[in-house]
Amino acid sequence: MLNDITLGQYFPGNSPIHRMDPRAKLLLTVVYIVALFLVKSFVGYALSLAFLYLVVRLAKIPFKYLIKGVKPLRFIILFTFLLNLFFLTGEKVLLVLGPFRLTQEALFNALYFSLRLVFLVMGSSVLTLTTSPVQLTDALERILHPLQRFHFPAHELAMMMTIALRFIPTLLDETDKIQKAQMARGADFESGNLIQRAKAMIPLLVPLFVSSFRRANDLAMAMEARCYRGGDHRTRLRELRYTRLDGMAALAVCGFVALIVLEGHFFG
Amino acid sequence: MPLVVEKLNHTYMKGGPYETQALYDISFTIHDGEFVGLIGHTGSGKSTLVQHLNGLLQPTSGRVLVDGTDLSDKNADRKQIRCKVGLVFQYAENQLFEETVEKDIAFGPKNLGLNAEEIDRRVREAMRQVSLDYDRIAKKSVFELSGGQMRRVAIAGVLAMKPSVLVLDEPCAGLDPHGREEILKLIRRLHRESGTTIVMVSHSMDDVAQLAERVMVMHRGHMVMDGTPEEIFTRGEELRQMGLDVPQVVQLCEQLRMRGFDIPERIYRMEDIRELITQICKKGGYHAQ
Ligand SMILES: Nc1ncnc2c1ncn2[C@@H]1O[C@H](COP(=O)(O)OP(=O)(O)OP(=O)(O)O)[C@@H](O)[C@H]1O
Ligand SMILES: [Mg+2]
Repeated sequence: MLNDITLGQYFPGNSPIHRMDPRAKLLLTVVYIVALFLVKSFVGYALSLAFLYLVVRLAKIPFKYLIKGVKPLRFIILFTFLLNLFFLTGEKVLLVLGPFRLTQEALFNALYFSLRLVFLVMGSSVLTLTTSPVQLTDALERILHPLQRFHFPAHELAMMMTIALRFIPTLLDETDKIQKAQMARGADFESGNLIQRAKAMIPLLVPLFVSSFRRANDLAMAMEARCYRGGDHRTRLRELRYTRLDGMAALAVCGFVALIVLEGHFFG
Repeated sequence: MPLVVEKLNHTYMKGGPYETQALYDISFTIHDGEFVGLIGHTGSGKSTLVQHLNGLLQPTSGRVLVDGTDLSDKNADRKQIRCKVGLVFQYAENQLFEETVEKDIAFGPKNLGLNAEEIDRRVREAMRQVSLDYDRIAKKSVFELSGGQMRRVAIAGVLAMKPSVLVLDEPCAGLDPHGREEILKLIRRLHRESGTTIVMVSHSMDDVAQLAERVMVMHRGHMVMDGTPEEIFTRGEELRQMGLDVPQVVQLCEQLRMRGFDIPERIYRMEDIRELITQICKKGGYHAQ
């Protein structure tokens, strides 16, 4: 029932994409997302799709997992689409609906905008599907490490994220259990109007909060008992190392960006 | 009101990377007034099975019938079924949420749409059944209680719905010996006094041996044994291979037999062995060496 959140759900495997250095993956994903903002036409989106498809094939993830990742955001995407559609102005009027004038420019822009969102989510899903949360936060910590000189708490931030990510499945499990326990007592989470539904959440949220606080307390105690005290002088179990794989991936992404820039030049 | 399970299979996260089949072709029937102990190693699928009995999980294939109603039927009245089959979860105290004990126990009956008077009656009755003093505890916050008391409040919350089948998933897990004893006593009393059908999931052979009239053993998602305690506990070797123990009483009998005492087969209850040992001592059959 709570299994449809792909973002942050690792799909284990041993593909070249899985084996890449998480830092490289993270940085290249950012480059891919920035490139999306340079896209000026449908040709560019076709290119982006082709590139994404290639990566997904390489990673051996079923493509439907990416679609599943977009699903929870469908309303936001629809909403931005409609907003753009009716509030952008342009020259070529296609349709007049009361006070609204639908123009060709608005239609295209709205489509571009929604597509960009979709690709953005799918692109980051590829990252999170092929990189375990621990690797991801490790990468983030290494990338942000230089900022520590300016008192930026890179290690603490990464540790907080690791903990948060670690507990998402636990919390989902817990939610599922409590929800079922209340349903066994006749609670109804599915019907009723908005207020009734919000009220129905209380029997779920209170126990969830209570157990989260207890867990947080236990975890803090356990960490302290093992003498955890922040990032100074900590060595790591798994050192991160760039390999040829990462170089090849970087080249591929550079090629993609070059194509997008060219596309912007010719079709924009 | 028989509870019928037919060829039940359940697979978690079907089609995903972590797909696991938790139940394989489970079939059995539980009749009115039975006391069934369900045992199995960690991860053998006990909790999964139990959640099928009131329709919280839907079978991947096969069916579950309560009183002739198929639980996977879209039109089946879910509330009605959950009222008939009460399920007390593992670590049930984690579900408590109301400000006071009284309100928490009233949650179930309230969801059934009963009137205030009836709810109040049921709350008092349920608290009496789990031996909680209404006058002292009812207005307390649930978070002020001890672990054992919280567990009992949670059980009362299900009892207040007056189920004719009560399913308890590891009701004694994580309690101290005194707390365990109390819970077991109240389950036994429920069974004897109100004739409630009971399905009790447990790790502990001893608990099951003391209470159950029928024992089902699960192993890796399969139902591998189903019979009277006598039948099951004489198959000690098989149980040990599945990582389960035989009850301490049975172990004691085996030990005594090995030392040459004449102990009849099929003894598994504490009362019986106590009786037997007293007899042996009286006869003077045993001399300290
Ligand atoms: N919500 C879930 N999602 C995925 N797999 C699950 C889920 N719940 C249980 N499982 C898996 O199903 C199998 C059976 O689990 P179940 O909880 O039914 O065992 P159990 O006999 O109750 O164990 P325990 O004695 O530890 O409570 C296990 O392999 C478990 O990993
Ligand atoms: Mg269990």
